[in-house]
Amino acid sequence: MNAPVPGADMVFVDPLRQERSRKKARRDALIGIASLLGFVILILLLIGRSSGWETVQKTFFNGDQFVESFPGLLQAFWLNVRIFLIAEPLILIIGLLVALARTLKSPIFLPIRVLATLYVDIFRGVPTILIIFLLGFGMPALQLTGVPSDAIFWGTAALVLSYGAYVAEVFRAGIGSVHPSQTMASRSLGLSSFQTNRFVVLPQAVRNVTPPLLNDFISLQKDTALVAVLGPIEVLRRAQIDTSSNFNYTPYVGAALIFIALTIPMTRFADWIQVRSARKKRAGGAA
Amino acid sequence: MNQDSFIAVDGVWKSFDTHSVLRGISLNVAAHSATVLIGASGSGKSTLLRCINALETVDAGSIVVNSELDVTAFSADLDAIRRRIGIVFQSFNLFPHMKVLENITLGPTRVLKKSKKESIATAMELLTRFGLEAKALDYPDRLSGGQAQRVAIVRALAMEPEIMLFDEITSSLDPMLVGEVLDSVRELRSGGLTIVMATHEMSFAKEIADQVCFLRDGVVWESGTAAEVFEAPQRAETKNFLHRVN
Repeated sequence: MNAPVPGADMVFVDPLRQERSRKKARRDALIGIASLLGFVILILLLIGRSSGWETVQKTFFNGDQFVESFPGLLQAFWLNVRIFLIAEPLILIIGLLVALARTLKSPIFLPIRVLATLYVDIFRGVPTILIIFLLGFGMPALQLTGVPSDAIFWGTAALVLSYGAYVAEVFRAGIGSVHPSQTMASRSLGLSSFQTNRFVVLPQAVRNVTPPLLNDFISLQKDTALVAVLGPIEVLRRAQIDTSSNFNYTPYVGAALIFIALTIPMTRFADWIQVRSARKKRAGGAA
Repeated sequence: MNQDSFIAVDGVWKSFDTHSVLRGISLNVAAHSATVLIGASGSGKSTLLRCINALETVDAGSIVVNSELDVTAFSADLDAIRRRIGIVFQSFNLFPHMKVLENITLGPTRVLKKSKKESIATAMELLTRFGLEAKALDYPDRLSGGQAQRVAIVRALAMEPEIMLFDEITSSLDPMLVGEVLDSVRELRSGGLTIVMATHEMSFAKEIADQVCFLRDGVVWESGTAAEVFEAPQRAETKNFLHRVN
């Protein structure tokens, strides 16, 4: 048989080799599934044979309790969603402003730079739950006129301040990841320092840090549950109430499932973005 | 100082940390002429170009353009200087998140405050002049090195500069792509733009230079017409350098 003459736009693969690699792929998939199944069965057997399993099943995986508590949990979760939706845009704005403030070079901006650095140092250094306690109980106690005493307000504010500090650092890393030659090229065209940031540095910086930013979003979705310590009935608090009134822990498992249902799609999305930006970076090597 | 010099560099010093790159360098560039800087790496060619369009501040000395624009003055409006003096770098430095056309119109719309329509028209005209009109809507990562560098030239030209500085613009290119970029410079030279170019392409330097300056240790070691410097170098170090690169 004559081998075809290779042209620039044609791909030629030996049919025999193709068949062989297809077979290997099928075999690999079967082995993988069998191994996974075996592993799961082994784990279930081990758990099922443990002496405390029956009690655990009754107190954590109780079908009736689950059905009874789940609608209430979902309803309470709506508060978590609202906290997240309000906090996230504010976090992005604060993070970006603080990151920019820390890159200001002119000596006249020294106070702004110092304030921004202090803010990041303090709010990144204190555990989020502690900030929630301090703001949530401390601010209403001041009894300042015009300052709300609402627990949800202060819980959300604490999340915004805590995450704002983290996101500021993420943005700052993004700004640092843009090569100085980009700034030089922009300035050489006569663009001002502000214009250079606005049109050249920031768009690239934001693109570079999208994966870590999404990671912080996922983290924030879960941390909305921390607001529970101030009393508002969000999903964790709801589960806690149900649990203590029925002496059954199934509502906790229900709450966990609700969080997972929200964070898993988000995680897959973040993975996808990360893979895509990595591919783009490789393709854009020449620029 | 020379009366008819368009760019007058006078006794410029520049050091980075403790290393002096420019050591009192002086040179004059006539209007509508091409000056080529040659010399080993580290002789100060790039630093001099960056000082001319104020991307670097000088430690001592002065650089005056057209007897009126003091690039090195404390009060100098740096953005105004850079508007009048274009520069193209060895590594292209196109903006990867913008299409070719956006790369080119950014300066004219934001700095010269031209309308979008006018900027695009000018950009397309320039792209066509350099055979790049088909690339207008591509991102920089779709361009070859030669195309990217020509786009960088067009981007600088769109600002309608009086002076163009070229900083080893062919040094990072595949040898096959050097020709197309040098053709672009030739085209600008015939258009009468004032050009200062640092390069290792000696045959090209011979062809377009009105003045050749051999830089060594941060000063102009020897200068003259292309014929003078290349055919009859006076100093031993110049001879030595030309011997090594040829």
